[in-house]
Parts: sequence; C-alpha cells; structure tokens
Amino acid sequence: MNILVCVKRVPATGGRIVLTADGSEIDVRYLGFTVSPHEECAVEEAVRIVEAQGGASAVLTLGPAAAEEQLRDAMAIGVDRAILLETDGRDWDPIATADAIVESIRAEEAANGPFDLILFGNESADSGGFQVGIRVAHALGRPCVSGVKALQPGAGSVVARREAAGGGWESFEVPLPAVVAVKEGINLPRYPSVPGRLRARKKEIARSTPAWRSAGLEKIVLRLPQTEVTTAEVIGRGADAAPAVVDLLDRIGVLDR
Amino acid sequence: MSGSVLALVNVVGGAPDKASLEALALARRLATDTGATLEALIIADGATAGAAAAALAGVSATKAIVAEHPGLTTDHPDGWAAAIAQVVETRGPAAVVGAGTERGNELLARVAARLGLPMAANCLSVEASEDRYRLTRQRWAGSLLEDCWLDAPTKLLTVAPNTVAVGERDGSPAPAIEAVPVTLTDADLVVRVTGREAPERGRISLGDAKVVVGGGRGVGSGEGFADLEELAELLGAAVGGSRVVTSAGWRPHSDQIGQTGQRIAPSLYIACGISGAIQHVVGIKAAKHILAINTDPEAPIMNVADYAVIGDLHTVVPAISAEIRRRSSSA
Repeated sequence: MNILVCVKRVPATGGRIVLTADGSEIDVRYLGFTVSPHEECAVEEAVRIVEAQGGASAVLTLGPAAAEEQLRDAMAIGVDRAILLETDGRDWDPIATADAIVESIRAEEAANGPFDLILFGNESADSGGFQVGIRVAHALGRPCVSGVKALQPGAGSVVARREAAGGGWESFEVPLPAVVAVKEGINLPRYPSVPGRLRARKKEIARSTPAWRSAGLEKIVLRLPQTEVTTAEVIGRGADAAPAVVDLLDRIGVLDR
Repeated sequence: MSGSVLALVNVVGGAPDKASLEALALARRLATDTGATLEALIIADGATAGAAAAALAGVSATKAIVAEHPGLTTDHPDGWAAAIAQVVETRGPAAVVGAGTERGNELLARVAARLGLPMAANCLSVEASEDRYRLTRQRWAGSLLEDCWLDAPTKLLTVAPNTVAVGERDGSPAPAIEAVPVTLTDADLVVRVTGREAPERGRISLGDAKVVVGGGRGVGSGEGFADLEELAELLGAAVGGSRVVTSAGWRPHSDQIGQTGQRIAPSLYIACGISGAIQHVVGIKAAKHILAINTDPEAPIMNVADYAVIGDLHTVVPAISAEIRRRSSSA
C-alpha cells in the first residue's frame, strides 16, 4: 500500500501560550516545535500499515524550511521519504493550503504512481480549521472519512471506524484510493530510535515553493481569552472534608439521581 | 444588507440538539444585525424534520427547509453536504451557520469544499462589516482566540460549542416547512455508515453526564480509578481523564477530556489528581462548577476550580463515597 501523510509544524506550547507584543503570532522564542497530536498518530498509522502490508510511505508538509525537522521526525520512525512545500512562514488559509497540497499530490502521483491512502490529522492543533483533508479529498474526487480512530485497509477498500455522535461507534467502508482524517487514540505513537534518527538524516526530501495567496479567510490579530482566574475556595483537607463536599453536592443539586 | 442567514439544525431524538440551538442563536443575531431573514435547514428525514421544526417556535426562523431525497439518510455525510450545497447554490444565502461539533465542522467543511468557498470553524462572535465578516474564532481548541476576516459571497461558519447563549424565545411561530427536492449522484452516497456498535449498556456518556469525575496523573494507575468509579456510580456520573491518563493506557482514549479529547459541560466536574494543564482545561471550561481534589494547593487547577479539597484523592474520594452512603441509608 502506498500511503501519504500530511502534517503541520506547530509550536509545542506547553502550559501557557504567550503572544508577541503586536499579537500577530505566538511568541516561539522559548518553544520547541512538533506536529499536531492527531498527526503524530497519522504518521504512526502509515508506518504500521506499511510494516504489516508492505508498500511505501511519504510525509508531506506545507511550512517554513525549519519544518524539515518534523519531516525528519516522521522519517525517523519509519516513513520512507518526504515532501516539503516551503513557505516564507506566513499563515496559509485552508483553501490555499489544500490547493498547494493537491497540486503536489498530482505531480507526485504522475511521477510515482497513485497513493492508495492519504492520511491527515482531523484538525491542526493551532488553527483548528477542520477542513484541509476534506478539501483535498474533494479536489481529488476521493472519498473521505474524518474523526477516525481505527483503520483496517483491505484489498481495494478501507474500513474506518469512529466514535458515533451519541456514543458507541460507527464505521465506513470506502473504496481506495481514499482520504482519512484520524484522531489521537487510533494508536500510541512510538518514539524514534537512535538508528532511526540516523537513517532519517539520509532520506530524501523533495522541495518546492508554492506561491502564497489569499483565499477568503485572513487573520487580523490573536489574543488570549479573558479567563476568569478564580481562587478555589478550600472546603477541607483530607478525608475530614467529606461532609463539607457532600453538603456542596447537595447545594448544587447533583446529589439526587 | 439583506438576504437570508441559513442555520443548519442537527436533530437528536426528534429535537434540535444544543449545539444547533447555539448556532441558531448566533445566526439569529447575525440576521437581526444585517436585516436578513433567518431560515433553518433541518438535517433529518421529512417526518423527523417536521417535529424538529415545531420545536423551533420562538427563534424567529421564518422557514424550515427540508431536503427531499429518498436515498438520503443521516448515514450519508457527503450526501448531506451535496444537498446543502445545492440549497446554497439555488437560494444564495448571505451566510450558513452550523454547529462547531465534530460532525458540524465536518459537514460544513464538505459543503465548503463543494462550493469552493472559505469556511471558518468554531466562531464565538460575528460582526458584519460591509461585504465581509469580522469573526472571533477559537484556535488551540479555545486556549487562543483569533480575530479574522471572512470574505466570500456566502459566508460559511460554525459556532464553537458552549460559547454562545441559546437565548430567550420570543412569540414567533414555528417556521413554515419548505420541502426542497435535491439531486444526488451515486458518488455523493459512497461515504456512508456501513456498521454501528451501540454504546456500552448503562454507560453515561461524558457529553451527557450531569456530573463528571475526572482523573489525572495523581490517580497513579488504571486500578486507581476504582475509587473514582465508585463515586461516579453513586452520583450517576461519567468517568473521564486527562491526556496523561489515556496516553498511559489507564483509560481508553474515548474517556479523554481536553484539546484532543472531548469538551464537556456538566453541572459539576470533580477533578481528581489533575494539575490543570491548559490542554485539559479547555475541555472543562464549560462546566458550571468545578471541584478540585489535589495534594498540591498551588496546582494550576486551583485557578480554574471553584472549590478545592487539599489531600490525597485516594483518601478523599472514598471518604466522600462513604459519606454519601451514610446519608442515604440514614435518610
């Protein structure tokens, strides 16, 4: 099976987000970078499918030159090769992002044959647009399932399972080639090994530089939500607090079932 | 400006769900601000849609549009996208507003892809300015906000759950139902639900529970959740956990609360041994009351919680369960 995984470089924000003085960006001076959690799982899933069934995997990102780090990370756990659509670091709108990815996929497929499966994370951790994978699938005329937490690729089709809106699970069997947007929980991503990292250094990265364009959604400024910082009222310590806690449960009306 | 604002209404158990009512509330305000009419597009078959439309009295919606196609069921996300895209193309609304749930975002993204229009997910507020909208939307699952411009002939946006008040009903009647025939191709129905597994019997979902008992690193192990399960049983509560807990395999991933898991909005959230990292906090912000049980009085959760008990959860939680039992047996 021939698989492509699309990822996005995002800051590892840790406990608290700090913005630049003009509010245009997250202050990343003291931050490391990673890919979104859903995408880490997408990369792991691609590697597992190829390990189990044979084939090849590639990882693609649209981002600054420094996103090479995230491509090497993916190759360190077993992805075969990488594609970097290099930008000048500006934000790309979801339509422009999807268009650039589609153009790259078409060129890749013309040269190296079709991808049976294209994996995305369900939404990026930073901008959270919930749409790039769906747009890419539509442009390529391929079926797309999102929110996926289990994947069983077979001959000619794939079964994708996700949590149903009202509890329980629902599954979709769609023909290949297909696009699947996965969520954290589909697997537990491995850590790269040292030999894996060394091998990743020698793997190929194909580079191109698509042109930025405006496509209808444009960031003005970022700001932190005004969170009410409360100071919790300490109603007790240790086991002795139990009567006060049950009084509280009674008072807010959650004791009567 | 005039024209119409179209709100997408998802139906659960015969009635519009809460996230759709929130989307309707924002759509209603937008319609009022721009002098547009408010219309609802109901995502359900004809019979169900009729009942759901009756439940929309008092929201000032003038029409309830029902897509008519024999093959279209809620098992077809792409089919619904095709139907909505056709309605948008024929009626040309100024805006389409949907719920910012997993499914709501997915559906509007599919519509946006078909129409080649931009879409803004998880908005909190909208201000119409000339031909474009100035939006505030969530980034990082709500730990950061973005103000942005949305510029398109029809603006597509979803409303972040639990951020917009559903609002008061007025005396307006239930919207008149308008059945709109849609044409679907086989390709529109390729993506469809081919299998279902019912939820575990007797299990209360995190999304529906009135009380949620959450565990973090402080729980210490999968077995450590027994204390939380016991309290949850007594309260009719659901049990969830932070990302630490699901990554360690102490709980299944479906129990995760936070940025990459579920957002919850119970009456009470009891955070046991949870430090309060922002990735978790974004998932619990909509809880009405938060009680933290933690050994560390300086933990960040104390700045989010309303009440706290300082102590080891494995001592405190069983004591609470015992006290509830004691009172119910003496009552």
